[in-house]
Amino acid sequence: MEKSSFRKAFGKTLVEVATKNPNVVVLVADVSSSVMTNYFAEKFPERFFNLGIQEAGMVDTAVGFALAGMIPFVNTFAGLFLRTMEQIRTCVAYAKTNVKLIGGYAGVSDFKDGPTHHSIIDIATMRAMPNLTVVAPADAVEVKKLLPLVAEYDGPVYMRISRADTPVVFNDNHKVKIGKGVLVQDGNDVTLIGSGVMVYRCLKAAKILSKEGISCRVINIHTIKPLDASLIKESAEKTGAIVSVEEHSIIGGLGAAIAEALGNMYPVPLERVGIADTFAETALDFESLLDHYGMAVEDIIKSAKRAFERKKGKK
Amino acid sequence: MVSHSEKLINELNDMAKQLRIDALEMIHRRGQGHPGGSLSIAEIIAALFFHHLRIDPMRPDWEERDRFILSKGHACATLYAALAHRGFFPIEELTNWGHLNSRLQGHPDRLKTAGVEMTTGFLGHGLAIGAGLCLAARLKKMNYHTYVLLGDGECQSGILWEGALTAGKYRLSNLTAIVDYNDVQLDGPVHEIMPLEPFVEKWKAFSFAVIEINGHNMREILDSLDMALQIHTKPTAIIAHTTKGKGVSFMENKASWHGRAPNDEQFARAKAELLGR
Ligand SMILES: Cc1ncc(C[n+]2csc(CCOP(=O)(O)OP(=O)(O)O)c2C)c(N)n1
Repeated sequence: MEKSSFRKAFGKTLVEVATKNPNVVVLVADVSSSVMTNYFAEKFPERFFNLGIQEAGMVDTAVGFALAGMIPFVNTFAGLFLRTMEQIRTCVAYAKTNVKLIGGYAGVSDFKDGPTHHSIIDIATMRAMPNLTVVAPADAVEVKKLLPLVAEYDGPVYMRISRADTPVVFNDNHKVKIGKGVLVQDGNDVTLIGSGVMVYRCLKAAKILSKEGISCRVINIHTIKPLDASLIKESAEKTGAIVSVEEHSIIGGLGAAIAEALGNMYPVPLERVGIADTFAETALDFESLLDHYGMAVEDIIKSAKRAFERKKGKK
Repeated sequence: MVSHSEKLINELNDMAKQLRIDALEMIHRRGQGHPGGSLSIAEIIAALFFHHLRIDPMRPDWEERDRFILSKGHACATLYAALAHRGFFPIEELTNWGHLNSRLQGHPDRLKTAGVEMTTGFLGHGLAIGAGLCLAARLKKMNYHTYVLLGDGECQSGILWEGALTAGKYRLSNLTAIVDYNDVQLDGPVHEIMPLEPFVEKWKAFSFAVIEINGHNMREILDSLDMALQIHTKPTAIIAHTTKGKGVSFMENKASWHGRAPNDEQFARAKAELLGR
């Protein structure tokens, strides 16, 4: 599979978005070269604001831009938005200001810097905010497709961007809509519902499982909130067993959102793949860190088999 | 105040050189890390860990120990090297830095590494935490002194100044903040990204005694640390003027060497420079 960079796609698309829309401004807290807002800085220096190491102040400054009718993109590491949760809750979500929060280095993609820099509870916290839309693209193509929609979207959005270079899942014809899940491949026995960098691992697992006679439906959830509940219900009805797969704590993330939705609508066996309520650690590379903390392709396969068996046991 | 012997100064300077070489070697071997800010604190760390701090590697949790927080945790290669040479753990362990299951995390982890007082990595926390340690020392009638090593870019964060307010209000003379004022942060020069000046006045306005030094001059470092202990009415901020990437000509003052490992050729050149060849 061809690999490509989320953050490069983000940085370049941000320039395109801002070329079309003069209201777009970019704020960053001394991580411009890391999250690749430097393309924007070169092209639109007058709309670029590097405020230094002051994440909380940056969020509120962006709120001011939004109140004045502009579209601020606020950039720092996903883990650092945790420092600004109250600003986000009160001044972004509650006040419903049109602020776009871009969380770079999401998940454990900053493998080398360790648990301080990992972001494994951002979906849980952001998802709990009323009014806030939460987006987690699966690959560089999806970043490119979603970012213009995030800019056009009237309201606050949190978008998760991985630091990793990961295999491309989609091609340029890929269609996305905020709030709509994507049926990546159909199947009958189990549905694998992934988001972010885990979608390609779902596809890998599905391939191996099909050789073992288990047919997997694969769904990509790029919008974690609002969740595409109807697609999830449809999948539950069709396959009767679900596995959620995310690069996040299993508490509060995609798997939890799916559990909530299924509990309300159509309970079926659900297995959650993610980090099991622990901090991870530093590693020498991204893929082995995913493997080590329960997000290996093998973990997806085992979970799919368990969900499948539970379904059969239920009947 | 005692005058420090030439011998001590030379020994500590040698140690600083050793820490630079070790830190750079660790960063090179791992292919990850933060050379610039690790090199700029070498003399300060050497002075603290090999002379000034009251610590005991045999008893890392000795209650009376002085507390040291590396608030700019990304510079931990230098800290790890110092802890190893000081005997907190075997020097060979430095080669495992950042491996899965290693005790040496990408940023300092108090639960994993002996001698690491506090887990750091995201900037800004050290001073407020230091204030808490100092308030506790007062209540418990304990004599330890608390040192917090800060980055200058780090001083842009609001929480830093919240900690400073607390230290000022309670006149925490048992607290010494040391600012590694190298004027370079991740994205560029501090004075361009978000200026701090007038910096000395800021600390004074927050009720700190301020001592400005050359952060690569061992005598000035030792003297300032001693002086801070003589100030009994307020906390002290030592503003240490330093050079980011100090000792490696092609890294000096370059933001591009903030968080990037040297390749083999660059490392060989850097090491030769550090060894004075
Ligand atoms: C709160 C926070 N924001 C951003 C980062 C990412 N980051 C790591 S080091 C650094 C620059 C630090 O600059 P400075 O404090 O001057 O340290 P030094 O130059 O001594 O390396 C940044 C922005 C972080 N670790 N913590």
